Amino acid sequence: MAFDYDKYIRPGKLPHIWCPGCGHGIVMKGLIRAIDTLGLQKDNTAIVSGIGCASRLPGYMDFCTLHTAHGRAAAFATGVKMAKPEMNVILVGGDGDGTAIGGNHFIHACRRNIDMTYIIMNNNIYGMTGGQFSPCTPTGAKASTTVYGNPDPAFDVAKLAIGAGATFVARGTAYHATQIDKLIAEAIQHKGFSVVEILDDCPTTYGRRNKFKSVIEMMNRLKDIAVPVKAAEKMTAEQLEGKILTGVLYKEERPNYTDEYAKVIERAKK
Amino acid sequence: MEKTPANIEIIEKYCKGCHICVEFCPTKVLEMKGFVASVKNLEACIKCMQCELRCPDFAIKVS
Repeated sequence: MAFDYDKYIRPGKLPHIWCPGCGHGIVMKGLIRAIDTLGLQKDNTAIVSGIGCASRLPGYMDFCTLHTAHGRAAAFATGVKMAKPEMNVILVGGDGDGTAIGGNHFIHACRRNIDMTYIIMNNNIYGMTGGQFSPCTPTGAKASTTVYGNPDPAFDVAKLAIGAGATFVARGTAYHATQIDKLIAEAIQHKGFSVVEILDDCPTTYGRRNKFKSVIEMMNRLKDIAVPVKAAEKMTAEQLEGKILTGVLYKEERPNYTDEYAKVIERAKK
Repeated sequence: MEKTPANIEIIEKYCKGCHICVEFCPTKVLEMKGFVASVKNLEACIKCMQCELRCPDFAIKVS
């Protein structure tokens, strides 16, 4: 039976602005299915984003939404969560928005372990502004500002989140569409700051410059490099060369910021 | 038990012609007709929903 996405999308907003073959639409569908599975209410769910292609997502969603300044999704979302702790707060954004411009907000939201879910669509590039390299552009890859190849090593978003103190970190790909909603649903249910990195494709500004002949080739690359965490346990370091682990990478229980802050309020009242 | 035939609806207004549905259909049900996807061989559809799941443009509905 076809899934009724229209129920969760603002009427008249489709077709969306994303380029042909851009994986952001696949991630948005995954998010909608996850929200449907969990039965989240539209007026009790806030979807917050910064600036960028991926950050256009909340505009299509028929929920409480915030489209904020570049990289500041986590800052605004923290405000929403502190004002209304009972609200489900979901952040969406790209790799440049999340780890460069908003890198500071991102690591401190992780450290605070505030009960929110951050979906980072990692397409290895700043797509909207013309294909500049981002902290997630692989070494040697070409971007409009690294025409002879990127000399920088790339950020591992999941490791960054774990290191900064996020208590749930997962990774999926736009190719593995059925896994996306499961990871997002688990992340939303987790009490604490959860990060879901979805490896995505940008055929327009990344694929073109890096010798990908088509969207299909980019999708097949995602299929080839992804290795589920459980399968990786049985593989040697040699076999894992160039691969990227997918699934739930890290999970722990730790006091979260909203609960701790409620205690501060109680103490102040005495 | 008789198999109920699938119904594939393609919203042409939404389709951007990225080929994802055509390439990743395991039974090659779909094809490109000009710039948009269209159904070529409906009988072969096994309702695996891969096209609907992977369509980034909300353009395919399988029921």
